[in-house]
Amino acid sequence: MADVRKKVIAIIAEQLAKPEDSISESSHFVDDLGADSLDTVEIIMAIEEAFSLEIPESEQEKIRTVGDAIAYIEKHAKA
Amino acid sequence: MSTPIHRRRVVITGVGTVNPCGLDATETWDNLLAGRSGIGPIDRFDVSDFACKIAGQVKGFNPDVCIDKKEQKKMDIFIHYALGAAHEAWVDAGFDRVELTKAEREVFGTYIGSGIGGLSTIWDEANGYRGPRRTSPFFIPSLIVNLASGQASIKYGLQGPNSAVATACATGAHAIGDAARLIAFGYADRMMAGGSDSVINQLGVGGFAAMRALSTRNDEPQRASRPFDVDRDGFVMSEGAGIVILEEYELAKARGAKIYAEVAGYGMSGDANHITSPAPEGEGGQRVMRAAMKDAGIAPEQVGYINMHGTSTPVGDKLECMAIHRVFGDHAKRIKVSSTKSMHGHLLGAAGGLETIVTALAVKTGKIPPTINVDNQDPECDVDVTPNKAGTFDAEYAMNNGFGFGGTNACLILRKV
Repeated sequence: MADVRKKVIAIIAEQLAKPEDSISESSHFVDDLGADSLDTVEIIMAIEEAFSLEIPESEQEKIRTVGDAIAYIEKHAKA
Repeated sequence: MSTPIHRRRVVITGVGTVNPCGLDATETWDNLLAGRSGIGPIDRFDVSDFACKIAGQVKGFNPDVCIDKKEQKKMDIFIHYALGAAHEAWVDAGFDRVELTKAEREVFGTYIGSGIGGLSTIWDEANGYRGPRRTSPFFIPSLIVNLASGQASIKYGLQGPNSAVATACATGAHAIGDAARLIAFGYADRMMAGGSDSVINQLGVGGFAAMRALSTRNDEPQRASRPFDVDRDGFVMSEGAGIVILEEYELAKARGAKIYAEVAGYGMSGDANHITSPAPEGEGGQRVMRAAMKDAGIAPEQVGYINMHGTSTPVGDKLECMAIHRVFGDHAKRIKVSSTKSMHGHLLGAAGGLETIVTALAVKTGKIPPTINVDNQDPECDVDVTPNKAGTFDAEYAMNNGFGFGGTNACLILRKV
């Protein structure tokens, strides 16, 4: 599952125009990476796209860190 | 008996532009005085099926200079251009070197309009549409007309009036006139004002071409925009931004600001005639020029130069010249005019912003950029159009006209300070 981690970090780096090495699993989108509420929506959309997922809105609200995103994907992504 | 209204003087203390003739005001002014055209073939999409294959495209603009990379994709290109021009105006006025107080920021506003807004973003989003779950949350804020003003206010921390106007091709002139009034009547001390537009895409070019508004002189792009010439066949669509810093005169003087010109008068009028055609004798243009002179408290003889709307359409140019004859009478024979759209093309909502800068520089220097491509002047455009070579004038006042679809007209009068 190292691939998921790598891919998620790449997506977030691209969306927020940040170097990948500044992002870790514990990074909080808003508090650590400076994302606003709209950035967060776009990150979720990009993740849905990349992993062919549909994340329900109630679940989207719980994804607040890079680690949250990785955990959700690992649990729900089709193999 | 009416109460006299206290009115403060308003001056232009900073200018900035991005357009096909230059990426800043200095380069633009030099190119305009030299009579150089910025028009060329459209290279952004396949024009095979289009009647019009030419435009005034901005070349070499680098948004990295003025917009954080992360923010760039959240903005349509018209906002990129607006922030490029805003940055130049901000620095030109010297605000990068002074720390404005909170109180000063609260009376410093933004008023940057756009004729159309983010049409390129709409086009891209609609073409790649994959359903509501795939529509970016930045789609709307990147394209709505007032977001040039909104982004500029955020960037520079300007907490005064934050508004925008959308009056088609009169947008830039209206924005500057409206913003100057906010200062004149005390609702703000300083304003960043102007216009921005960029719609050189399939919808923009196709839409204007469908109205038969665009020149189809595709083989000679640099000769296509030819206001007042008998062979003119429509305007050349262009893009960019023109933004000025307006400031209450005493404040500008107190901080030793460089002053380009005073905004001495502003007129507005409506044609109430047709959605796209001017009134049959240019009555809307007549009324707006008279209104501006009344506002400035001057007589027609005091105006030495007019930067005309002059888009190079057969009817528009003729009627604007007719309006000048009606308004200026005998003085119409002596007054100098030009249409710099012959070089930079028609920037739509940004036209009035750029042309106010051109008019301000004309007032400041006494130099007039020419109307190029006047090989055979139309007898129905019988005014001194400063054909093909830059000219000079010696007068205290100059005028800038802007007319838009919907029969909306703006006229600004600038005064030498």
